[in-house]
Amino acid sequence: MSLWDYANPRKFLAVTTPLLPWLAAASALLVGSSLIWGFFFTPEAERFGSTVKIIYLHVPAALMAINAWLMMLVASLIWLVRRHHVSALAAKAAAPVGVTMTLIALATGAIWGQPTWGTWWVWDPRLTSFLILFLFYLGYIALWEAIEDPDTAADLTSVLCMVGSVFAILSRYAVRFWNQGLHQGTSVPVATGGRTVADVYFIPLAIGMVGFGVLFVWLVLLRTGSEIRARRTRALLARARRMPPVPLATEREA
Amino acid sequence: MMSLGPHAMAVLSAYAVSLLLLAVLIGASLRRDRRARRALEEAERDHG
Repeated sequence: MSLWDYANPRKFLAVTTPLLPWLAAASALLVGSSLIWGFFFTPEAERFGSTVKIIYLHVPAALMAINAWLMMLVASLIWLVRRHHVSALAAKAAAPVGVTMTLIALATGAIWGQPTWGTWWVWDPRLTSFLILFLFYLGYIALWEAIEDPDTAADLTSVLCMVGSVFAILSRYAVRFWNQGLHQGTSVPVATGGRTVADVYFIPLAIGMVGFGVLFVWLVLLRTGSEIRARRTRALLARARRMPPVPLATEREA
Repeated sequence: MMSLGPHAMAVLSAYAVSLLLLAVLIGASLRRDRRARRALEEAERDHG
């Protein structure tokens, strides 16, 4: 069976619906374990004190904020090239999840920055690119809501997604590109493997990163299913409005 | 009760804000899904 078979809405729902409870349970278990372990059972850091415990929310949320946009980019490209409606709806479904992750990353970053840097906010390359990414998320969601025709909305939001991808990439690599600002480099660089986080913090953090990833997949599949059902409902209602009413038995006899 | 030292407020508020946002997102997603399922069932029953 080809991967493109899952672009059929019925097939997509048939495959993903049974997975949803398992994904929900796995994300609750992983995120819960990470936060409980990190909050209650890790020591204070020499440099950050107890604020190091914010890392278990800040890093996974920031990671998913960027990855959500990149997933939306891939789904948007699939829509533009192959015109699969499920991919456009998956991109639409991912946006509220991504914007929430971005907001968590920004909020926890500001709260963490105050005791560490002495300020809630600086116009640092990484922070600024993250703020712009947040604004792109809001614009993307607003554009979907503003356009009535779903195919036109999918086309225009796909283009917006491609433009915003510059800031998603900048958010990840801003520190490396400009080498300035207050924000430190990536704590867990996957490509090089040269992480700066000690094992005692890394293990619950890694569980949290996986947990946020599973949470994202669960929410995107759940919301994509809702979008498919809502579109099917609209199609049925539109078809019913176009069809002439069925005459009653007494009218037919007359 | 564990002690978070002088930064207790920062740590607790970071957790409170994040968990609240996650709860709102999950709650809204589940409510939207329930509504979509119910609306489709009704539409299929009446017009399917």
